[in-house]
Amino acid sequence: MTTRNIQFKIYRYDPDKDAKPYMQDISVDIDATDRKLLDVMVKLKAKDDSIAFRRSCREGVCGSDALNINGKNGLACLTAIDSLPIDKPIVLRPLPGLPVIRDLIVDMTQFFKQYHSIKPYLINNDPPPERERLQSPEDREELNGLYECILCACCSTSCPSFWWNPDKFVGPAGLLAAYRFIADTRDQATSERLDDLDDPYRLFRCHTIMNCVDVCPKGLNPTKAIGKIKDMMVKRAI
Amino acid sequence: MNRIVVGAHYGLKDWLAQRVTAVVMALYTLLMIVAVPTVDGYEGWRALMSHGLIRFATFVFIISLCYHAWVGVRDIWMDYVKPTAVRLMLHVLTLLALVGYAGWAIQVIWRL
Amino acid sequence: MKYTVRKFDAVIVGAGGAGLRAAIQLSEAGLKTAVISKVFPTRSHTVAAQGGVAASLGNSEEDHWHWHMYDTIKGSDWLGDQDAIEFMCRKANEVVVELEHYGMPFDRTDAGKIYQRPFGGHMSNFGEKPVRRSCAAADRTGHAMLHAMYQRNVKANTQFFVEWQALDLVRDAEGEVLGVTAMDMETGEIVVFHAKATIFATGGAGRIFYSSTNAFINTGDGLGMAARAGIPLEDLEFWQFHPTGVAGAGVLITEGVRGEGGILRNSQGERFMERYAPNAKDLASRDVVSRAMTTEINEGRGCGPHKDFVLLDITHLPPETIMKRLPGIHEIALQFAGVDALKEPIPVVPTAHYQMGGIPTNYHGQVVAPQGSSQNVAVPGFYAAGECACASVHGANRLGTNSLLDLLVFGKSAGESAVDQLKKSPKAHKELHQESIDKTLARLDRLDGQKDGASVHETRLTLQRTMQNHCGVFRFADKLKEGVQKILDVQKDVQRTEIKDKSKVFNTARIEALELDNLIEVAVATMISAEARKESRGAHVRDDAPDTPANPNGRDDKNWLKHTLWFKEGNRLDYKSVKLTPLTVESIALKTRAY
Repeated sequence: MTTRNIQFKIYRYDPDKDAKPYMQDISVDIDATDRKLLDVMVKLKAKDDSIAFRRSCREGVCGSDALNINGKNGLACLTAIDSLPIDKPIVLRPLPGLPVIRDLIVDMTQFFKQYHSIKPYLINNDPPPERERLQSPEDREELNGLYECILCACCSTSCPSFWWNPDKFVGPAGLLAAYRFIADTRDQATSERLDDLDDPYRLFRCHTIMNCVDVCPKGLNPTKAIGKIKDMMVKRAI
Repeated sequence: MNRIVVGAHYGLKDWLAQRVTAVVMALYTLLMIVAVPTVDGYEGWRALMSHGLIRFATFVFIISLCYHAWVGVRDIWMDYVKPTAVRLMLHVLTLLALVGYAGWAIQVIWRL
Repeated sequence: MKYTVRKFDAVIVGAGGAGLRAAIQLSEAGLKTAVISKVFPTRSHTVAAQGGVAASLGNSEEDHWHWHMYDTIKGSDWLGDQDAIEFMCRKANEVVVELEHYGMPFDRTDAGKIYQRPFGGHMSNFGEKPVRRSCAAADRTGHAMLHAMYQRNVKANTQFFVEWQALDLVRDAEGEVLGVTAMDMETGEIVVFHAKATIFATGGAGRIFYSSTNAFINTGDGLGMAARAGIPLEDLEFWQFHPTGVAGAGVLITEGVRGEGGILRNSQGERFMERYAPNAKDLASRDVVSRAMTTEINEGRGCGPHKDFVLLDITHLPPETIMKRLPGIHEIALQFAGVDALKEPIPVVPTAHYQMGGIPTNYHGQVVAPQGSSQNVAVPGFYAAGECACASVHGANRLGTNSLLDLLVFGKSAGESAVDQLKKSPKAHKELHQESIDKTLARLDRLDGQKDGASVHETRLTLQRTMQNHCGVFRFADKLKEGVQKILDVQKDVQRTEIKDKSKVFNTARIEALELDNLIEVAVATMISAEARKESRGAHVRDDAPDTPANPNGRDDKNWLKHTLWFKEGNRLDYKSVKLTPLTVESIALKTRAY
């Protein structure tokens, strides 16, 4: 089987022993069975077991292995190794804008805090019926492009507004989730949800930079969802 | 205590105002694109700017510009300046400057 | 090594479908509950389930739980416990409707009800013809379900310990379970979660195979912990090979593809399932389809340059149907097979997918073990649900969509049983058992101090290759015998694994070594149980147990209609009887299985 050598520059930082972060140069031989970046990273880890990164499903649904790959956020398991230029080393860094715990692993507390802040659950105070609540296929269609989010944080950590105000701006992932519930005909808390977001920081830090759309590995469009929230607010206000 | 407080409830109003003022400024720009080529020399400018309609339009434009700039500049301070006291001071200075500019501009228009 | 003790009413290990469902029960009952998970809850492997969850809602055509029960028992090749199966099938509508109330975005029929699609082995009127029973959210049912349940837990204020690796069960001299030891991955801190009720929902161990649809995290942690604490593992010889994993990549392609009309073809373009299952065809049970595919490949009718896969064809379906009902599959085919499923067929091979066996439980979710002359005595304070448990509803072969149902029904019943225990007979925390804590600490010390040891990566690879080669879709007496020896050799290496990285902060090398300690228990149990079962049943098919008139399909009910129990100590095997009596209806009588 033909093999080739792939060069990497990897962000390394272990607070247990490193005074400050550094970039490690490392290379590995790959063969035709190593199709995705994650396959190659697993090989790298076999070579140097101290390289720390998260991974789980290796098929793009769990959202564990989000990284900054050659300067752009993405999932290692969905990034084809052939899609990366091989004339220079592949640069792997942790997601930007969040504190680094170690190597490629970031502390996602702030990200999830924002997700939790939008009350990410269905609110319906009617007594639950015996059977399912009815919803027309058209109404259900409204949730497409919203519920598929895997909470990988590629979007929020590529958003400059989130970089500047991670504590106050909900960020694209959280706002996408917020609209998922606003758009759900079974949810009864629409006006509370809109009230909660009517704030110069929580929603209106979005300046439609659209990095979120550019990086989303699931092809979702948080900016569009944010636009729809604003539309609803305007409609409500005038 | 270092509690993060949000919920100021003026987000929509300012966001909407910024869009509305942008439309006003765009319309004024169109008006000027039509009007300016007909202008000839200082007297021409003077005649144009003292026309009642143009004077009113310019007034609305300046108010829109200042409001638009206020929201925009304030957002910059909010993004980059974290200490509340410094930020408040910058807000006040921005407000004073914009009100000053507006007053000055209006004075210029009506003194013509 | 230092450790701290934290007290809770209940501790749940695992935050996938079963763990989250149990957590809803406990949190909403107001009990102080800790949910420990080695990944953020929505990253648990339930997220990867695609096709749907079974419930006889009858939204598109007539259906009945009794038919579902029949199909499940037939699918299990009569190894499933009929009381648990009746319980599950009767509860299905309730738990699926609950999930809808939690906000799960099910697809809808024109009448606004939950959309249902046909699935392998699910038939109407006791095996007559395929029925629409799988409740689906496009081909992302697991994702939609896991997120909906996590969201419900956010609402219920459940306390999560995210990125904590559970290490060992704390079990005292009387056999009562008092919680678990666990490690905070971020800091390396060891904490004893001291609880009155402990629920395992740790998922399967699909990673014992080299080629698997399972996530990296599916390392059978719960099974390893239970085995080390002296609890037997049940029916581990039964592993489901999913017919349609993407060739080469192993990524799952849902059976829902065939439910929507997809067809399997060999190199001659023939719809070969017509020969193996004239009635159900491509929607026969998974073990049947996987064996048919393997036979086609073995007989030279595979596709591709190496003739080592078959094709899953959906090009005849309307593109709108594919993009509406199977959008994720279209994406996976593009990403992992490099084909546009609208225009080309997808290369697929049978791939290790699901562990039918596990920690023995009854249908209340209580862990049971033999004691004296009784076969099923509840282990006090210990519950298990989901793939790590064996109720046993799947017997020798699971039907598609029954796994999501299993985790809902038994996640809930394990939660309810724990609430009952805590509310009906409240008592103080029993004193901790130092010996079992010391065992954990010794295991960690061994790993940290190991010199000139075995590489975790290499040892794991050997383990996976051994399982793949010796315990696959078809099993051979001599290969199994050889496999037992080989896997015991691997076990010796596992006992001397070495890690170079000794950091306390997010040491993933250490976690992988600890996971390997669990993988090996499952692998050994699987190989030994499989070697011992001298018949063919469901997913376990041996060359020395062929199809004969006396034993149709090689199934030997006279000698082998019984559950295997493997004990770690001395690799001892024991057997217990299958519960053939359901709760309220008549027993589904033994019959030759044909689709």
